Amino acid sequence: MSGDKNYITVNNSIRSWLFTTDHKRVAILYFASITLFFFIGGAAAALMRLELVSPAGHFFTSDEYNRLFTMHGVIMVWFFLIPSIPNTLGNFIVPLMIGARDLAFPRLNLTSWYLFMAGGATTLYALFKGGIDTGWTFYTPFSTMYSNSYVAIAVAGVFIVGFSSILTGLNFIVTIHRLRAPGLTWYRLPLFLWSLYATSAILVLATPVLAMTLLLIALDRVFGIGIFDPARGGDPLLFQHLFWFYSHPAVYIMILPGMGVVSELIACYSRKEVFGYSFVAWSAIAIACIGFFVWGHHMFVSGQSPFAGLVFSFMSFAVAVPSAIKVFNWTATMHKGWVHFDAPMLYALGFIGLFTFGGLSGLFLACLAYDVYVTDTYFVIAHFHYIMVGGMVTAYFGGLHYWWPKITGRMYPEYWARAAAILIFFGFNMTFLPQFILGVLGMPRRYHVYPPEFEIWHVLSSAGASILVVAYALPLFYLGWSIFFGERSSANPWQTTGLEWQTSSPPPPHNFAATPTVTRKPYDFNVNGEPRAQNA
Amino acid sequence: MPEPQPAAQFAHLPQQHEVAQLGIWTFLATEVLFFGALLLSYAVYRSADPAAFAEAARHTKIAIGTINTAILLTSSFLVAWAVAVVKTGGSRFAAFLLWSAAALGLSFIGLKGVEYAMEYGEHLLPGFGFRYDGPASQSVALFFSFYIVATVIHAIHVAVGIAVFAVIGRRAYQHAYSGSYHSPVIVFGLYWHFVDIVWIFLFALIYLPGRSG
Repeated sequence: MSGDKNYITVNNSIRSWLFTTDHKRVAILYFASITLFFFIGGAAAALMRLELVSPAGHFFTSDEYNRLFTMHGVIMVWFFLIPSIPNTLGNFIVPLMIGARDLAFPRLNLTSWYLFMAGGATTLYALFKGGIDTGWTFYTPFSTMYSNSYVAIAVAGVFIVGFSSILTGLNFIVTIHRLRAPGLTWYRLPLFLWSLYATSAILVLATPVLAMTLLLIALDRVFGIGIFDPARGGDPLLFQHLFWFYSHPAVYIMILPGMGVVSELIACYSRKEVFGYSFVAWSAIAIACIGFFVWGHHMFVSGQSPFAGLVFSFMSFAVAVPSAIKVFNWTATMHKGWVHFDAPMLYALGFIGLFTFGGLSGLFLACLAYDVYVTDTYFVIAHFHYIMVGGMVTAYFGGLHYWWPKITGRMYPEYWARAAAILIFFGFNMTFLPQFILGVLGMPRRYHVYPPEFEIWHVLSSAGASILVVAYALPLFYLGWSIFFGERSSANPWQTTGLEWQTSSPPPPHNFAATPTVTRKPYDFNVNGEPRAQNA
Repeated sequence: MPEPQPAAQFAHLPQQHEVAQLGIWTFLATEVLFFGALLLSYAVYRSADPAAFAEAARHTKIAIGTINTAILLTSSFLVAWAVAVVKTGGSRFAAFLLWSAAALGLSFIGLKGVEYAMEYGEHLLPGFGFRYDGPASQSVALFFSFYIVATVIHAIHVAVGIAVFAVIGRRAYQHAYSGSYHSPVIVFGLYWHFVDIVWIFLFALIYLPGRSG
């Protein structure tokens, strides 16, 4: 095989990259783009933490601070977290995992990336032209009537990027249904695919509601149609319902793929089949379904009826059950396994700890009474950062390291990777644990000037953030270094199962020399922790 | 014509056909939710002020709306006919059916334009000099906001369908489709039926309130 071209060396022209329909190359395009957005959104966060070091707020005016946290939220949610694992690792790995030559709609996949870039450019234009001050939630009537910032342009950018999400979701659903290799039944699918399937269903069913809602906001600002404007008979609460009908399921878009990655990592580095495979698989579907009926817990203080509050509270507790099933089953998988502490496993373990913390604090917020107390405080901020950053970003880095040899054909430096994983874990906790305390003490979110008694917690949090900056920048350097100088990887450096490890690293343009036939369940390790071959 | 080959990612043509069908159904699911958000808004405001919505609906041009409904239903019939014809190899006849459906779509948009012009003259379009002096003018304005947003988005869907039928009609005319390969006709036929169904909902919600009894 060594003489054959792989998907990178097959053609090196810029044109061949920009017009590629190879899912692996589209994944690389996405990877480069979201890395850029991650550091833009991260820079905004760093500036916020800098501002919060002192109670008086020395660096920014209140208006500038509003624009800063809006930029952080909009960029991180729509241009990093939502596309992070699905569009990079998912795009790359899904066809390989199912033994296909590409996604079902390769041109649509490339279109999705162009839509992403068009949406990103539009939003960045709004942000650098002067920014938006509404927060990432675009609450009406502030966003439609009062905000003196570039809401319509930013909303247009998010509207466009929504279609990129929808196309990716559609592509994954059809691919997983129709392009599986012979013998690859649903219960032989790796859990990463179950997770992405559930994610895709949310992408396809929730995103269009956001699209329509944002369209109505933009039309309200431009033409004054007044659909959410109370001065003209409109109902701002209707906006909140529509917005959270998308944005709560979107939270699961931002965690389910991470859960999928962690399932792969735990199995591989415990050299053992995932405990209760079918429960872990169906819990992803359960999360996606129940996740559509919990949006009202964002509106406990909006004046919705106590009965609605009760139902949404109950549903929010219910959605924690499948999440807990996953955590217990990952833990049980490690029990009596051959646990190896390679860097990806360190990320996976970090994920389990941080996600558990974030999930349990979510139960506090599902309680009607306690939620009233901590609504719009740092408790909420800490909770969802534990899920999205502690959970999803950690899983993303774990998956990136795990599949790095497959993607680039090079090994990353293990020492530095472990150092970064550990640094991220401690830096993260130092940044966000104090924010739980701040929230309980009563520090509201979105303020940059605060009473002096909160200072110590803010300083601690900002100190943690400075560690996080280093920890998140580290992989950029050593992974970048490894592309050129890393040791060459074999086809299956982790000695694990899964069809993606049975083709060369990096894979050839059409993935497999011959379509594989699958005869075994996934994660089929023998008692000595050695993989059995997946295909006959 | 040589027999068409499946694209590189597929093992055989039937698989490609299944993929295309599942793809369009998934896309239509997205569309249902897209319009669904708008219909929900309509339901909320109509239930809050049913009398004003009935009054507002009496200002719509039901004659044009009804003719347009007949036009779209007829075009959908032609598309369904084209699907049946293309399966038995009548590619060239299918082309005429698809082009006729596109022409009906064009006349739908033309009539819609006439309707907008009349409503513009009566100051009924929010954002374009809306003025209404009767009671509950806020709810009437909300009705017409819904009306213009929903019908313009629907008309954009119709326009996309027209463009697609122009193209695949041409390909059908060149005998690109046969008994073994015709999934573009089926796929965009489904899309067209969906656009038609959306219109049936819009027709009932826009033109019919306040006109019974």
